[in-house]
Amino acid sequence: MRSLDDMAHEAKDKKAAIGPDIDLDTYSLESAMHADVKNLKTIPEEDIERMTLTGLDVSEEGRAGTYLQKDATAVHSGSNIDGLEIIPIKKALAELDWVRDYYWKLASVDTDKYTARVRLDLQDGYVIRVLPGKKVTLPAQACLYLEKEGFNQNVHNLIIAEEGSELHIISGCASASHVTRGLHAGVSEFYVKKNAKLSFTMIHHWAEDVVVRPRSVAIVEKGGLFLSNYISMKPVKSIQMYPTIYLVGKGAVARSYSLLVGSPGSELDVGGRIYLQAKETRAEIISRAITNGGNIMSRGDIIGEVSGVRGHLECHGLILNGGIMQAIPELKGLVDGVELSHEAAVGKIAQDEILYLMSRGLTEEEATATIVRGFLSVDIPGLPAPLKAEIDQAVELSQKDVM
Amino acid sequence: MLLIEDLQVKIGNKKVLKRVNLEIRSGETHILFGPNGSGKTSLLMTIMGYPQYKVTGGKITFKGEDITYMTIDERARLGIGMSYQRPPSIQGLKTRRMVQICANNGVDVDSLAKEINFSDFLDRDINVGFSGGEIKRSELLQLMAQKPDFLLFDEPESGVDVENISLIGKTINRLLERDVHATRDKSKKQLTKERARMGLIITHTGFILDYLTADKGQVLYNGALACMGNPIEIFKQIKEVGYGECVRCVA
Ligand SMILES: Nc1ncnc2c1ncn2[C@@H]1O[C@H](COP(=O)(O)OP(=O)(O)OP(=O)(O)O)[C@@H](O)[C@H]1O
Ligand SMILES: [Mg+2]
Repeated sequence: MRSLDDMAHEAKDKKAAIGPDIDLDTYSLESAMHADVKNLKTIPEEDIERMTLTGLDVSEEGRAGTYLQKDATAVHSGSNIDGLEIIPIKKALAELDWVRDYYWKLASVDTDKYTARVRLDLQDGYVIRVLPGKKVTLPAQACLYLEKEGFNQNVHNLIIAEEGSELHIISGCASASHVTRGLHAGVSEFYVKKNAKLSFTMIHHWAEDVVVRPRSVAIVEKGGLFLSNYISMKPVKSIQMYPTIYLVGKGAVARSYSLLVGSPGSELDVGGRIYLQAKETRAEIISRAITNGGNIMSRGDIIGEVSGVRGHLECHGLILNGGIMQAIPELKGLVDGVELSHEAAVGKIAQDEILYLMSRGLTEEEATATIVRGFLSVDIPGLPAPLKAEIDQAVELSQKDVM
Repeated sequence: MLLIEDLQVKIGNKKVLKRVNLEIRSGETHILFGPNGSGKTSLLMTIMGYPQYKVTGGKITFKGEDITYMTIDERARLGIGMSYQRPPSIQGLKTRRMVQICANNGVDVDSLAKEINFSDFLDRDINVGFSGGEIKRSELLQLMAQKPDFLLFDEPESGVDVENISLIGKTINRLLERDVHATRDKSKKQLTKERARMGLIITHTGFILDYLTADKGQVLYNGALACMGNPIEIFKQIKEVGYGECVRCVA
């Protein structure tokens, strides 16, 4: 059998199935080592500001634990709660045997050059695990920070919700304000075990010339719930991701929500794919995208493999100030009795809605902002209040750029 | 207070209003009758300032200002507000927020909603999936928060059930400051004289007349207004002889 490293070597130049191809050699793999950060409050103010935008709370009040990585270095890692483990993956691989049971077990190293890169040049990443039956209601936070200009950050994350547990994670990715160019490649593997509930909210806040290639795979067992939210509303050069979720146990549920804003020069190719492989599984993929001069491709794919499963896909796109918006919803039913539906709409803001609000006293700009805000505020069931607040804040901040 | 002179309005290439003259004085409420398609909604939308209603002639003056070519929001800020026949729905905009927008914030939305039996709808997206009768109450709630000086009502009672119709009727009456009662300092007559709120109400059913005494009524017919008079009398005539005859006999 070929080793994973061999496979990765062979896939080193393999282009991704979709999205613009990136020349990896134009990015640097050398970063300065960063010192440990014992107290998050000692981080320079301008960095804190950027990290906060992606949901990191440096006070750690109201957070179950934190993982912070700067460039290649895990600078802070720890849980504040019994039964919740937060460990840098390199340390975990060196010290904990069980990690091998999850590492590269869902994602394939030879998917494309980005997964190969993460395999061959792993810098770090986080392992977050919540123990069986443990319900952690405060969100755990993680932030992957790009501080060096032109750097290629390669991370690998493992998220494990053991049987009957509950965990909410807010995972931010941001670049320092002086960074204009960079490449972030990340592999994430999610394990939602029997009757566990995991929510994962990812907020991206990059810069104009940053390229982002996340590669995520999740598996949800019997009675499990996986809620995956993705928010990217800031300029970025190119994001391409198509995370996949397998619902393998009876009654497993997955919901995926994405909120996207495409600024001029940004190319977002964001989708979600869910396989319904067991009885009574349910899937929902909802996306709201606004292009403000950017290029957005909103994909979704639900595959029903067992009779009686249900799935719904919704891509709504708004073209605000030029740009291109494409919605590509796909559904596949492989047996009788699957119930899959989709709803896609691409358009502009309805004039009659603007006029209606103006007749209540708003100016045209205020009316437009109000409608945009409404468009982006989807009710996400099952999300704890602090995470709702983070999403609301991201939507609020995006208003300024959009208008 | 509102003066419309020789108003002509087109939608696309279609002339909807040919020659409309109307004066509503401070404190007055008028009732507008007319058959389907006669241009009643068009007249209200033109007063509110909707750009698809193109004014091709004539003039609208409100509070002494020529508003003929003002934008909708300018008119709203000047004190004109409207309850729509078919308002659009807005995804993601909670009714609660909409009411705050109308009041320019600082309003007790819950107690206001209670008055119009609309508390259960505050956390729903505005007008999304609202039934015909619910839309009327939603529109009324917004006007209660907005408190315009001049209120335009486009069929506020059509499609409303018997219980809510009296609620709506009484609320409109109050909004138009027509429910005056003598106080220790002021007689009813005095209060009526001081009233500034103005209204223009479209009705087919005439139910609204059971709840408020309007000052005048008129019929929009063939693009012009006719037979100004006592609204109850006009409504009686329309019921007996129809719009055409009603207009003819007075003209
Ligand atoms: N966008 C449009 N394009 C063309 N014609 C229109 C448009 N909107 C309205 N009209 C026409 O203008 C005329 C007046 O319409 P309006 O809505 O003002 O009538 P109305 O008196 O309010 O009728 P109803 O009692 O049925 O509400 C109608 O013949 C209508 O079909
Ligand atoms: Mg009408």
